[in-house]
Amino acid sequence: MAGDGAGLTLAELPVGARGRITGVDGAAGLTQRLLEMGLAPGTEVEVVRFAPLGDPMEIRLWGYLLSLRKGDARGIAVERLA
Amino acid sequence: MRSPGNAVVPTRTERWVALIGNPNVGKSTLFNALTGGTARTGNYPGVTVERTVGTLRGTPEGTVVRLIDLPGTYSLAARSPDEMVAVDVLLGRRADTPRPAAVVVVLDATNLQRNLYLATQVLEVGLPVVLALNLSDDATKRGLTIDAAALGAALGVRAVATVALRGEGTLELTREILAALDREAPPTPLTWPPALLAAEAELASVLPALTPVERRRALLDVGGEAEARAHAAAPAARAALEAARERLRATGLGPGLEAGVRYGFLAPLVARCVTQPEVAARTHSDRIDAWLTHRLFGTLALVVIMALVFMAIFAWADPLMSLIEEDLIGNLSTWVAGLEILGDGLLKSLLVDGILAGVGGVLIFLPQIVILFGLLALLEGCGYMARAAFLMDRLLRGVGLSGRSFIPMLSSFACAIPGIMATRTIESRRDRIATILVAPLMSCSARIPVYVILIGAFVPAATVLGFLPLQGLVFTAMYFVGILVAIPVAFLLKRTLLKGDTPSFLVELPPYRIPQARVVGRAMWRNGREFVVRAGTLILATSIVVWALGRFPQHPDRGAEGRAEVARFEAAEVRAAELRAIERAAQEQARELGTSQPPAVREAVEEAFRRFEAAELEQVAAVALARDELLQASEVKADGAQQRQSYLGRMGHFVEPVFEPLGWDWKVSMAVIASFPAREVVVGTLGVIYNLGDEADAESETLRQRLKDARWESGPKVGQPVFDLASALALMVFFALCAQCASTLVVIRRETGRWSWAAFTFVYMTALAWVGAWLTALVVRAVT
Repeated sequence: MAGDGAGLTLAELPVGARGRITGVDGAAGLTQRLLEMGLAPGTEVEVVRFAPLGDPMEIRLWGYLLSLRKGDARGIAVERLA
Repeated sequence: MRSPGNAVVPTRTERWVALIGNPNVGKSTLFNALTGGTARTGNYPGVTVERTVGTLRGTPEGTVVRLIDLPGTYSLAARSPDEMVAVDVLLGRRADTPRPAAVVVVLDATNLQRNLYLATQVLEVGLPVVLALNLSDDATKRGLTIDAAALGAALGVRAVATVALRGEGTLELTREILAALDREAPPTPLTWPPALLAAEAELASVLPALTPVERRRALLDVGGEAEARAHAAAPAARAALEAARERLRATGLGPGLEAGVRYGFLAPLVARCVTQPEVAARTHSDRIDAWLTHRLFGTLALVVIMALVFMAIFAWADPLMSLIEEDLIGNLSTWVAGLEILGDGLLKSLLVDGILAGVGGVLIFLPQIVILFGLLALLEGCGYMARAAFLMDRLLRGVGLSGRSFIPMLSSFACAIPGIMATRTIESRRDRIATILVAPLMSCSARIPVYVILIGAFVPAATVLGFLPLQGLVFTAMYFVGILVAIPVAFLLKRTLLKGDTPSFLVELPPYRIPQARVVGRAMWRNGREFVVRAGTLILATSIVVWALGRFPQHPDRGAEGRAEVARFEAAEVRAAELRAIERAAQEQARELGTSQPPAVREAVEEAFRRFEAAELEQVAAVALARDELLQASEVKADGAQQRQSYLGRMGHFVEPVFEPLGWDWKVSMAVIASFPAREVVVGTLGVIYNLGDEADAESETLRQRLKDARWESGPKVGQPVFDLASALALMVFFALCAQCASTLVVIRRETGRWSWAAFTFVYMTALAWVGAWLTALVVRAVT
């Protein structure tokens, strides 16, 4: 289910950018958690900010704010929305 | 006629209802609104989650409904025993809780899609369900319109809009709960792929003892708790699960299967029942967040807020602590010690040195615990806690922990006990235990007296580089010893004993809200009470045991030496009084003769008589003072003699070889053992054992002098001083790293549910303390 081709991941989106999730990949437990939190294919996300030390990142999806580590966000393939 | 042993109990039906929901949806507030503060909180045995049960208000006469507040969760896919509690309660698999007759799923109305994910899982457990659309005022503010009736109808349940904070909708919700009690469970509205249903049917024959929900979870949750249960239930389960998963993968059904089915059903449903505004409004919360998580200002705010928290538990608790220590326990001890009726025997000693000291040892922590939990409830209630974790996650990730560990670790600098209790906010059990195990390494306030006395006695009051005070540097260094050791310890723990999946940091940042005074008050009350009741009894017991070890066996003739000294003093005093009487007679005679002499002579005689009287008074007072001092000294000597031959003293002798490489004699060894209930006890014990009386405190000049004067009593170093810079620094490092705090160990046992973790903490910290002290002594001797 991992993003291929363009290979853009959530971790690479800059602050303020929006994207649509195309695939989630990673360890079984983590993937399940990400999906439960709504990070499922088709969901639109917006990068809100990065923590002062550059990691973790804060994103907005479905009207709520979620923080996740960039390492975990690298398993989330996205296509960038205008 | 009623027989006394067989009282008539009115027959009444007691039904149970479970309350479940995501974190941060106001579930506990709703629980309080529904139960009206009748809740009782306890712990589920063997796990670290709290069990809260209350009685539903507004039920008809004769119907009692117990409401159980399940831990907040995003999903029933349990990945730890803690998370499994909710699943087990819903399935009626816990011996301590009857199976509920209905379930209330509390939803955040501003984020229905994610919240309904859990609701669709709960709909499959085979119980009637009621949905509470909480925070519906927030939803309205954000411009959302929700058709609750249509939503409920689509799921085959009733949905009620609520605002728990203001009690809105709770009457209607109570009515719906009562109505649901006698309803059938709704059929699942979801359509699962036939391949999954077929796989589940096959599993049913391998795992007949498991419920359909457990089998589904075992199949879907790779590495989850239900899978472990399946493995334990049937040897064939492992292969059967692997085969079933493989077949599912072959039909294109992977890890996204469950989310695909649930969100596939929910997305169109939410689109139909919820009308959203075109552009989401920028909320107050967003504006606050822009500052509080700002790269610069956010970091500054964190430093200021944490400094305040630290100050509060460190400094603000201090007056309360001395109130308890001196005004309450101190005065009570003095009062009991002065009770003639008790005599001077064991009973008084047990009351003062065993029980009152033990009670004091428990109560002394209470101000810090209550203040910290009040502040934590404030920070959690307003939503800042998740932000603090967000800001600090990167730093703590370096040692294998997460941002969630930050506040417990910081609190531990004041006292490890509230710090360990504060780890309850850490969701991952492994992270939580790792944090609990390193928290006691943070230098708590109880270590300060130990540092102060030893630095005062053995570290020269010099300056380094011309301006840095050496004593202050050593004091600061003691704080860093703990931190520097905690880093590799946490790192190793997370790679060995607490190894698990890659730790992640998936944390919801809830909107900022005004914290509720009631919630803050409850948190303070509950945590304080729980500590006193649950940890207190064990801490008290430990104090009494150590007291008994120091008190038995009794000295055959306790204080005989002192009594002989006092008798000699008294005999001398009798002789002195006789001399005074003779002198007085002579003076009075001279005065008599003086009356017939000229005025100048008379005046001189009178003057001599006045001087005599003044000297006589002075002597009587001095003798009385000397007598008091002698009595006190003989008492202290008797205590010292008692300690030397007590079990504790013998243990000191016994372990002396262990501590010998660190440069300590048996007296220090004994003081270390006696300080097991609490580190700061070591100062008093050193005082007693070096014959100072237990009033010795850290500021005591005499104790410092005695420590400097202490000499080896036997062995190759006989006659040499026990303490030099090396052995004093070694003792400080030992106390910086050791687990000499029974209260901490008791709390670790309680929070982890296992004695083994407490034992592990004691063993690893004591071993580290010994090695640290040995290295310190070695290095200091080499350098100086």
